[in-house]
Amino acid sequence: MSVPADVRVRPRTARPSGPPGPRPRGSALTRLDVRLSPYLFVSPYFLLFLVFGLFPMGYTLWVALHDWELLGDQRFVGLENFRLVLTDPQFWNAVLNTLGMFVIATVPQLLFALVLANALDRRMRGRLVARLGVLAPMVTSIAAVAIVFGQLFSRDFGFVNWVLGWFGVDRLDWAAGRWSSWLAISAMVDWRWTGYNALIYLAAMQSIPRDLYEAAAIDGASRARRFWTITLPMLRPTIVFTAIVSTIGGFQLFTEPLLFGNGDMAGGSLRQFQTVTMYMFENAFRRFDYGYASAVSWMLFMLILVGSLLNFLWLRRVGGTR
Amino acid sequence: MTLPRTPGRPRRRRSGAVAAVWGAGPLTRITLVATVVLSLFPLYWMFVVATRTNDAVGSVPPPLTPGGELGRNLARLFGNEQARFTLGLANSAVAATTVTVSTLLFATLAGFAFAKLRFRGRGALLLVMLATMMVPVQMGVIPLYMLMAEIGWTGKLQAVIVPFLVTGFGVFMMRQYTTQAVPDELIEAARIDGCSTFRIYWSVVLPVLRPAMAVLGLFTFMQTWNEFIWPLAVLNPDNPTVQYSLNLLNGAYYTDYSLMFTGTLVATLPLLAVFLLFGRQIISGIMDGALKA
Repeated sequence: MSVPADVRVRPRTARPSGPPGPRPRGSALTRLDVRLSPYLFVSPYFLLFLVFGLFPMGYTLWVALHDWELLGDQRFVGLENFRLVLTDPQFWNAVLNTLGMFVIATVPQLLFALVLANALDRRMRGRLVARLGVLAPMVTSIAAVAIVFGQLFSRDFGFVNWVLGWFGVDRLDWAAGRWSSWLAISAMVDWRWTGYNALIYLAAMQSIPRDLYEAAAIDGASRARRFWTITLPMLRPTIVFTAIVSTIGGFQLFTEPLLFGNGDMAGGSLRQFQTVTMYMFENAFRRFDYGYASAVSWMLFMLILVGSLLNFLWLRRVGGTR
Repeated sequence: MTLPRTPGRPRRRRSGAVAAVWGAGPLTRITLVATVVLSLFPLYWMFVVATRTNDAVGSVPPPLTPGGELGRNLARLFGNEQARFTLGLANSAVAATTVTVSTLLFATLAGFAFAKLRFRGRGALLLVMLATMMVPVQMGVIPLYMLMAEIGWTGKLQAVIVPFLVTGFGVFMMRQYTTQAVPDELIEAARIDGCSTFRIYWSVVLPVLRPAMAVLGLFTFMQTWNEFIWPLAVLNPDNPTVQYSLNLLNGAYYTDYSLMFTGTLVATLPLLAVFLLFGRQIISGIMDGALKA
C-alpha cells in the first residue's frame, strides 16, 4: 500500500536572488529546530498509541495463541484458535451480518451525503438553519439513538409501523427478520452520520475555487457536468477519507445492534443481527473464552485492513485520472 | 514571490451568472426540507415522550404534542439514586473538555508535521498511523481493562480520559486538511523570515486550520460525551459518566420509557447547547468563502 493522497513533489520556490543574508537566529539552532520539531510534533500521538494501542493489541495476540479461559490454566495452543474461528459458522454468520449492514448503511449514506452537501452549498434563505438541522443528529449518543429508535421501530406501538400502516403495510416485527433488522439498524447509523459526512464534503467543496464553476458554466457545462468533472475529482481525497473512516466504523458496529436487541450479545434469537464485535464480546464476557475472543478480534482487524485496502484501491481506480 | 491563491474567494462580479451557478432549484429545496424534518423528528419525539407519562408510548395514533409531565419526570430522573445522574453529567463534562483540548493541540501539531514538514520516516510513520486507525477500539477493551486494573485506574475518571488524549482519526483529518488548505509558499515565506517551526505552526498554520478545528473539536467533545462501551467496562455505578447513568435507568423489570427519554433528553441538551455555540462557528467558518463570492 502506498501512502494515500501521496505528497506531491513540492515546487521549490526560488529563493530571492543574491546570497542569503544573515539569519536572525543562530543557524545551528535553526537546523536543530528543523530536524527535531517534526518528531516532537508527532510524538504525543505515537507515545499514547504505544501505551494504549499497541500494547493491548500485542497482548491480545498473545492471548489469542493460548487456550485462555477465565478459570483454569493458560495453555499455549499456537494457531488453533484461529483455525477454529475460520471453521466456525457463527463467526461467518457474524461476518455476513456485519458486511450486509455495512453495505446497506454506508453506500447510500455517502452517496446521499454528497447530494446533500451539494444542496447545502447552494445560495438560499434559511441555509444556516438547514445546515444546523442536518447536523443535529450527530449530537445524540448511540445509547440515546438506540433507545429512541428502538421505540420507533417497536412492533406494537412503533411510529414506523404506524406510518407504514397508512400504506396498507402490515405491522412488521423489525427485530425478528434478518433484512428488517438490518434496515432498522442501518437507519440508526445513517440518521446519525449522513449529516456529518455531508458537512465534511461541504467543507471540502468550499475550498474548491469558485471561479472554476463559473468559468465552466460560461463555457456551457451543465450543473450535472460541473458536479462530475469539477466537484467529484476535487473531492477525491475527502471521499477516500470518509470511505475509510466509514469502513472502520462500519466493521466495528456494536452498540446500535446490541441495544436494538435490548443488550443481547447474540443479536436476536437466530443471530440475525449479531456483528463480529458482538460475537467477540459474547465469547469474552458470556463464554469467558478469552483466547477465542482474542482470535476473533484479530480476524476483525484483518477484515478491516482488507476492507480499507479494497476501498482505497477501488476509489483510486474510479478516481482515474490523477 | 506571488501570494498563494486563496481558495474560494473570488471577487464580487457577474452577479447574474453567479446566481445561475449557485441558486437553488425546487428539487434542492424539497431534499433539504425533507432531510431536516427527518433529522429533527427523533429529537422532537424524545422531547414529546419526556413531557408525558408512559401512556404516550402505548397509544395509537402516537401523540405529537408535548404534555405537562416534564417537571415530574425530571424530579424522578434526578431523584433516581441508582443512576447518579448529576455526577454522571459532571464527570462527562470534565472528561469531554479535557479530551477535546488535548486532541486539538496534538492533532494539529502532528497533522501539520505530516502535511508540511519533511523528515526521515514520515511516509512510514504515516502508514503506521493509518494502520492504527484501523485497529478496532473494542479489540483493546479486555487488555486495556487489565492494564487499568494493574495501575489502579478502574473506577476512576482518568481511565476514560488518558487513553483518548489524541486519536489517529484527528491526526489524519488535520493532515488532510492542512495539505489542502495551507499553501507551501506561506510556510516557506515564514521560514525565510526566520520563524521557528513552532512559531510557524502557531501563527501561520493554526489560524488557517480554525474551521477544521471547530469540526474536530465538536466531534471529539461529542464522541467523548457519548462514549458508551469503555466507561461501561472500566467505571462502576458509583462513579458513572452520563451514558453509563442512562444505562442504569433501564430497570430490570420493565421499560420506563418516559424516564429513559427524559434521561436521553437531559444527556443530549448540553450537547445541543455546545452544538449551537460551536456549530455556528463551524458553519460560518465554512461559509466564509461563499459569503464573499
